[in-house]
Amino acid sequence: MISVAEIGHFALILAVGVALYQFVVPLLGAQRGDVAAMRAGISAAILQLVLIAIAFAALVHAYVTSDFSVLNVVENSHTAKPLLYKISGVWGNHEGSMLLWVLILALYGAAVAVFGGNLPLELRARVLAIQGSIGLAFLLFIVMTSNPFIRVDPPPIEGNGLNPILQDPALAFHPPFLYSGYVGLSIAFAFAVAALIEGRVDAAWARWVRPWTLVAWMFLTVGIAMGSWWSYYELGWGGYWFWDPVENASLMPWLVATALVHSAIVVEKRNALKIWTVLLSILAFSLSLVGTFLVRSGVLTSVHAFAVDPQRGAFILMILCVFIGGSLTLFAWRAPQLKAGGLFAPVSREGSLVLNNLLLCVACLAVFVGTLYPLALETLTGDKISVGPPYFDLTFGPIVLPLLLLVPLGAFLAWKRGDAGLAVKRLVLALVLALGVGAVVFALDVRGPWLAPVGMAVAAWLVFGAIADIAAKTALFKVPLATSWHRLIGLPRSAIGTAVAHAGLGILVAGIIAISLWRVEVIVALKPGESTPVGKYTVTYVGEGPLTGPNYSGRVGTFTVKQGDELLATLHSEKRVFRPSGMPTTEVGLYQTWHGDVYVVMGDETTGGARAMRMYYNPFVNFIWMGAVVMFLGGLLSISDRRYRVGAPKRAAGLQPVAAE
Amino acid sequence: MRKLLVVLAFLVAVQPAFSLTPDEQLKDPALEARARAISAQLRCLVCQNQSIDDSEAPLAKDLRTLVREQLSAGKSDSQVMDYIVARYGQFVLLKPRFEPETLILWGTPFAVLLIAGAAMILRRKRGQVAPETPLSEDEKRALERALQ
Repeated sequence: MISVAEIGHFALILAVGVALYQFVVPLLGAQRGDVAAMRAGISAAILQLVLIAIAFAALVHAYVTSDFSVLNVVENSHTAKPLLYKISGVWGNHEGSMLLWVLILALYGAAVAVFGGNLPLELRARVLAIQGSIGLAFLLFIVMTSNPFIRVDPPPIEGNGLNPILQDPALAFHPPFLYSGYVGLSIAFAFAVAALIEGRVDAAWARWVRPWTLVAWMFLTVGIAMGSWWSYYELGWGGYWFWDPVENASLMPWLVATALVHSAIVVEKRNALKIWTVLLSILAFSLSLVGTFLVRSGVLTSVHAFAVDPQRGAFILMILCVFIGGSLTLFAWRAPQLKAGGLFAPVSREGSLVLNNLLLCVACLAVFVGTLYPLALETLTGDKISVGPPYFDLTFGPIVLPLLLLVPLGAFLAWKRGDAGLAVKRLVLALVLALGVGAVVFALDVRGPWLAPVGMAVAAWLVFGAIADIAAKTALFKVPLATSWHRLIGLPRSAIGTAVAHAGLGILVAGIIAISLWRVEVIVALKPGESTPVGKYTVTYVGEGPLTGPNYSGRVGTFTVKQGDELLATLHSEKRVFRPSGMPTTEVGLYQTWHGDVYVVMGDETTGGARAMRMYYNPFVNFIWMGAVVMFLGGLLSISDRRYRVGAPKRAAGLQPVAAE
Repeated sequence: MRKLLVVLAFLVAVQPAFSLTPDEQLKDPALEARARAISAQLRCLVCQNQSIDDSEAPLAKDLRTLVREQLSAGKSDSQVMDYIVARYGQFVLLKPRFEPETLILWGTPFAVLLIAGAAMILRRKRGQVAPETPLSEDEKRALERALQ
């Protein structure tokens, strides 16, 4: 009998051939005007998805059934692992995660093939061909350097298990979300390259690109938030963002994707910023590739870099050079032929979006330089330096601050020619409220530096500004409430989505400012029965006992959280030792309220029967992830807008694509 | 994320330690606060991009102790920093010093912001002025002809 793993392996190799076909045939077809060849891309994209899905399913099957004749399963799984982590183990390693990468790529490709019925045939053919070329490169990478279907004979009886700190629900779904974001940007990239080949970018083009970019942006937002949430409660230092190179690798595409989501609006509505938007589309996906390279090549050593293998690094670097170099060369060659259009005054909605793009891109540049400069310096001079959080606080911070201040203002400026005075006048209530919040914080917070009132005022400004935006659009309190309600329902969803996403940003900023300024940290040694104050709470160490899990054992400590005499919660903080690796991990005891968390980590035993403890009160910390979720919902509202569903993406009749010779 | 390396180090050699333990802390709260602030600026040399304040590695503990010893001996914050840098090199600083070698690092974002901003303002000005340039003689004649 043929084993399932071999079927998967076979499907994977077939997919390479199909990707080559999907790349070459529709591209030539579009150049020659051959309709049949152009249509071939559609079936190729669907076939590609089917084949990669078979391969992926075969690998999942091997993991779930613990088929230890597959080397990848031996190295990364174990029979005692819970089912969820057997499945998430598929992408918890280098080979499997690359297979997930191409699976998502094929999903997006098939989505363009199936739902792109309203795209001009040539554009669809070219987009699918570019998608095919990306798929081809990464499938070759998998088959040649990172094949997950390599077999061992004789198969061992037991596997090595998955890294315990990856055995966590949030982290199980972190990679699929993050990859959906990274790879989703390939659609914008493919559209940009296709537009450069065609020599034409118009409002209809932007109307196709924007929803795809928005989808990618939403996935990236959630993926990054999940990773941050995981590091907050799993790593046990109470931090949520460490400016780690791997985190930066995901932040950079997010920043540029955010810029792209905004600039695509300008192309769609005003037919301006076309060349810039094409460049951003290329940059966004290029940064996704850079991120993949940084994480996968082993250039950075961390838990993400499973592949410490120079051959793989060299291969990804080659992919990077071909796609980034190739697309930028094409851009330099063809972009001048894209006609600029849509003049606008500096003070206008367009102007504010240009400034948004400038600041987001420079913020991304700061992250880029900070992440790669140590590598570059060491390669060139041999000197080793470190670039840590203080650098990013000093560069990223001041660049992002004016951006945050501009967000509510931009939304109130009219297209083409805005009136800054009028915008401020309409925002005066939001401004007063925000300053009020700043003043209250200033009055209450005796020890806080200037950052506290300013930061909170900025957060409030974002939230109130978003509310003011909707209030103005619905003429709230100027007309009867029922009329306002009807207007709200009648508003385009994307207008509501914008306000919601901006408010989410404000919530996120509030969380970041609060935790960085008002965190309470207590480091003590406690004996069973002893208590310590943590902020306004009293935490008592009740005692500890042994702990046994499916694939780990350890100690579990019990704690009570009281405020005054009222018992609020009983917490358990664990120290686990995982089989078979023997690796220790901590599980944080967490008491969550809307206004902050009590966070308890057990340390080691110290002299005299006491145990070292680290406890925090993290005020408003959940605002960070809540803000990210609200931003995601804003994106969701925006994408459900009518104009993306109803007959919108039709190019002006009679206008033939202008060949840019 | 960086925990892996630390954890691997444990596997090879020592028992799991704990980042900053109660017995390491100084009695004087003001001095301890200074020690924490300095620790957050120093890199744990065997970890991946982690400060000695966060790190569980034994070497980080040694450095934390060293910082506290120096502070207790009455040295100023910058003297302690210099002392640590003299022993472990620039690599130990999470915030690289502003030097010729780090000019690109510190300067690039702000330089690009200034240049791009200036370029945009200049282009904007040119764009605005352009329509206001008076018509050339040829154009005037063409206009008159058209109006006749």
